[in-house]
Amino acid sequence: MRRVVVTGLGLVTPLGADVETSWANILASKSGAGQITKFDTEGHKCTIACEVKPKDHEYGFDPDKRVDHKVQRQVDPFIVFGIDAAGQALEDAGLEEMDEATRFRAGCSIGSGIGGLPGIESESLVLRDRGPGRVSPHFVHGRLINLISGQVSIKYGLMGPNHAVVTACSTGAHSIGDAARMIRDDDADIMLAGGAEATICPIGIAGFAQARALNMSMNDRPEEASRPYDKDRDGFVMGEGAGVVVLEEYEHAKARGAKIYAEVVGYGLSGDAHHVTAPHPEGSGAYRSMEMALKKAGLTPADIDYINAHGTSTMADTIELGSVKQLFGDAIGGVSMSSTKSAIGHLLGGAGAVEAIFCILALRDQIVPPTLNLHNPDEGTDGVDLVPLVAKKREVKAVLNNSFGFGGTNASLVMTKVD
Amino acid sequence: MSDTPDRVSKIVVEHLGVEADKVTQEASFIDDLGADSLDIVELVMAFEEEFGVEIPDDAAEKIATVGDATKYIEEHKG
Repeated sequence: MRRVVVTGLGLVTPLGADVETSWANILASKSGAGQITKFDTEGHKCTIACEVKPKDHEYGFDPDKRVDHKVQRQVDPFIVFGIDAAGQALEDAGLEEMDEATRFRAGCSIGSGIGGLPGIESESLVLRDRGPGRVSPHFVHGRLINLISGQVSIKYGLMGPNHAVVTACSTGAHSIGDAARMIRDDDADIMLAGGAEATICPIGIAGFAQARALNMSMNDRPEEASRPYDKDRDGFVMGEGAGVVVLEEYEHAKARGAKIYAEVVGYGLSGDAHHVTAPHPEGSGAYRSMEMALKKAGLTPADIDYINAHGTSTMADTIELGSVKQLFGDAIGGVSMSSTKSAIGHLLGGAGAVEAIFCILALRDQIVPPTLNLHNPDEGTDGVDLVPLVAKKREVKAVLNNSFGFGGTNASLVMTKVD
Repeated sequence: MSDTPDRVSKIVVEHLGVEADKVTQEASFIDDLGADSLDIVELVMAFEEEFGVEIPDDAAEKIATVGDATKYIEEHKG
């Protein structure tokens, strides 16, 4: 069977515009949260978010680095983040330049949960206030979710599968899992896979606030608002950014002497069939997703050293934890499980990919990232190492990454070190 | 002297992300400045905004160079 390995990484997060800066800040227990600067939050119940920082900031994002000026003007920010992260991943893999035969076998699977919400919002106002003749001719293709894959394929000449997953907050994990299958099934040798999101805009914040999903009680202390598993958690903090990996068929990577970070050994998917926003109360969807990923990997719970949890800082955290405990049984004592959403917020469609990258870096550096603000663990957390407050050095040979989305859609990835 | 050419040029530079010295009156939007048909739709909208003129679709279709745009605007602006 064709094996799939990770040979390149790219990140744009609220804690850094590249992989190493984001990771260093995560391990240093920094928070990317703050008051929203992108719009006037007057009248909003939630005024905080984890924004990607502007380019004059210490770890700000400079869109000019990898995205053409013209493209920047035409597309929503989630596409700009996605193009940049994809470019980083290709550079990291040493694949910025590929011959035509290689590019025929290289594709994209970079999705988003919501897509171009800020642009839909602003152009709707243009339509209402100034009429249809003032709507941008780039409105549609500047907002479409599959246009990260579209733009990246054009920029780098990738002529293999051109795919984009839309499964809410599971998008990033499904994108990587689906792309790994495309390589395994011989549709491609190289796939750029991941997700991006940028919905910190008035309608995005208002919509999630009205759905009672966001933290609205800690607007005065944003860095403390994302607190997965803590008794005082009260909703997620919205993040933004992108994560993209280069997946490559193992022999292909070996033949060109590529640096290999990890192998994607397991992928599980399931549906809750229960409620549009709430997870199944017994976590049965999460359980089956993780169980399937482990089975595909040929591993048992005792083999897993680190879980990057979905852990959004909502009531659902304990449901996920319950299903992990149920699946792991006695092996729960040997695993560390944390939520990096405590530091960078919830990147929605980008979350699964960004968190998969943190899992890969945990494998590389033999250290697991912390769950910030976990001062008073909630009931049911006994006996589980949730890596409170500070990163922890430990052996990491196999990792599990969970992502669950609105609509009751679940995805789990298992990755291991390659010797 | 009219400031129309400079204002047209500024809009073209901003929208297409090209060097200002490439935006001559003779320059073709598509052949010289890398625009596609949608970019031209957007440029025409920007000209309409900037100069308060209306450029109907049949006239817009005939605008191929920076000079064509400047000439149309000069002839039709209020």
